[in-house]
Amino acid sequence: MATLAAPAAPIAERQPTDWTTQAMRSRIAARYRAERNFRRLGAAALVIAASFLAFLLFTIVRDGWTGFQRTETRIEVQFDAATLGVDPAAVAGPQGQALLARADYQALLLKAAEQLGPADDTLSDAAWMELREALMDNPALLGKRASLWVPVRSSIDLLAKGKYDLAAPAESRGVTDREVSDWRWLEGKGLLRTGFNTTFLFGADSTEPELAGIGGAALGSLLTLAVTIAIAFPLGVFSAVWLEEFAPKGRLADIIELSINNLAAVPSIIFGLLGLAFFLNFAGMPRSAPLVGGITLALMIMPVIVIASRVAIKAVPPSIRDAALGIGASPIQVVFHHVLPLALPGIMTGTIIGIARALGETAPLLLIGMRAFVTDVPQGFTSPATVLPMQVFLWSDDVQRGFVEKTSAAIMVLMLVLIAMNSLAIYLRNRFERRW
Amino acid sequence: MNQNPAIGHNTVPKMTARDVNVFYGQKQAIKNVSIDVSAEHVTAFIGPSGCGKSTFLRCLNRMNDTVDGARVEGRIELDGQDVYASGMDVVQLRARVGMVFQKPNPFPKSIYENVAYGPRLHGLARSKTDMDEIVESALKRAGLWDEAKDRLNESGTAMSGGQQQRLCIARAIAVDPEVILMDEPCSALDPIATARIEELIDELRGRYAIVIVTHNMQQAARVSQKTAFFHLGTLVEYDDTSAIFTNPKATRTKDYITGRYG
Repeated sequence: MATLAAPAAPIAERQPTDWTTQAMRSRIAARYRAERNFRRLGAAALVIAASFLAFLLFTIVRDGWTGFQRTETRIEVQFDAATLGVDPAAVAGPQGQALLARADYQALLLKAAEQLGPADDTLSDAAWMELREALMDNPALLGKRASLWVPVRSSIDLLAKGKYDLAAPAESRGVTDREVSDWRWLEGKGLLRTGFNTTFLFGADSTEPELAGIGGAALGSLLTLAVTIAIAFPLGVFSAVWLEEFAPKGRLADIIELSINNLAAVPSIIFGLLGLAFFLNFAGMPRSAPLVGGITLALMIMPVIVIASRVAIKAVPPSIRDAALGIGASPIQVVFHHVLPLALPGIMTGTIIGIARALGETAPLLLIGMRAFVTDVPQGFTSPATVLPMQVFLWSDDVQRGFVEKTSAAIMVLMLVLIAMNSLAIYLRNRFERRW
Repeated sequence: MNQNPAIGHNTVPKMTARDVNVFYGQKQAIKNVSIDVSAEHVTAFIGPSGCGKSTFLRCLNRMNDTVDGARVEGRIELDGQDVYASGMDVVQLRARVGMVFQKPNPFPKSIYENVAYGPRLHGLARSKTDMDEIVESALKRAGLWDEAKDRLNESGTAMSGGQQQRLCIARAIAVDPEVILMDEPCSALDPIATARIEELIDELRGRYAIVIVTHNMQQAARVSQKTAFFHLGTLVEYDDTSAIFTNPKATRTKDYITGRYG
């Protein structure tokens, strides 16, 4: 048997280490000090980051929670057929609802507003719609008197919420003396109430802050994301499957991998330019539509899904593939019976994170015309729509004071949706994660 | 050195290999190996690490197809049928030549599903009762029924290592193969689980042609009737196990089994 062949060279004798000397002790103390300092640095970084986040959340919630409220005033309305310009006999007929829908509620409201005396100019421009809604819900009101709550103008609304500094001089406080005295008069008569604003949650955009809603943009986001998911998920997952399981390893695969990684880092506005040039100008698809927005966002998040899916697929142990192949499964069966189910939690997590990114994206949508003022809830994939972050952007740009709280309220809605999606991603990962 | 080491004799071979060469890219892993595997016996492949015994085993059911850059030359036959012929269906081949791997690799599914997966793939069961019977007999043959019958719906990955390996054997048996290839099936197991698997191999002998790769010479001596010694990609010696261990002809075999290297 072979032995270690080197001739025995003399090895220098060493003194045993003395751990009690001053130098040794101070070395150890310095080591502990460095460790403590490093931990403090880490904690400090965390505290700074957390306080930034807390400040952000605090200002948004402080400004935004009143955005979910609206001030209304009570008026007595005499549903007079002559003022409305409808024939009571015809209203009872089959065309009744159509007649009521076309009636002159603005004249009716003008008359009713007289009872507010000096404050007759405080009603919202769209207060007449409340009258119409009331009468159409209950045609029997025609010719009768009813007491209704109708929205007031944004300035009165903000006064009621205490958003103005009334001690400031008139020129700089942003509200006129007339509006202040109107509000005081209404308040003194007990005609005002501030309550939950359903219009904000379910309505669409408007030029009047008290009538503007986030519902249209939310539905626009939903439609857009539906298109995004429908395109990006299958394309991304199957690209990842092919690249991981079937693609021949070599130069071509390397180039594809590099391109995908680069695509994930491309600024999102570039995808908007692509969407504008290709889908709108070349393919002639409709402007401002969730369909085009969804396709554009799908292109943007597809690299994210491909990368996340590849990581998840790579994490499935090769022994599982061997086991299935060894028993006679075809490569496709191996993928669909074993690899994909095991990789699904990771794929889902990556997809949801990609979709959350698409939900918060504005830049590419600017270029394909989703920066639209849409006063109606979108009717389908090709009708004009806007999305939540775009609504935030549009409102933050508006000069009217009433949109400040709407902007923050819209941000709150957007963040709630994002938190919900990220929680779902974490839940899915924990729920379906398998160990082997 | 290139005289053909004794090809198996005296029985009808189940699988035959002639002048097999395997390349991984430029590197040659197997050089001119010819061997016969008999249906009645357990055949052991022994040899030091990296000698090519596992590579050769994986050629027998074409598991090397999945390895990038692997190339197989020569002729391997199963019952006289060329395994590498273009008309050979790999799926069918692997149903006839099953495999058990080094590391127990049950699917992260229930015990029942693990065993039922193969028969379901190949459409071997006509009904649920059929399938229940197949699963039961496979588990019984693998000596796992008593331990598993009350927990068929529990995950296969929750079992102990030895049980997992027997589950993998049951999974291979369930498709009723003719040959079972075992690639160091006990290397991840403790001595008691190893003994249990060895017993099982002995029970399965005769019903299936079994080829086992092992780096443990005592194991080869215990379970096999035929032993092939591989070294540096060549088949050095192939003979009855008793002959290999008591009276090896080649010096290299003798050096290996007496522990000179490996």
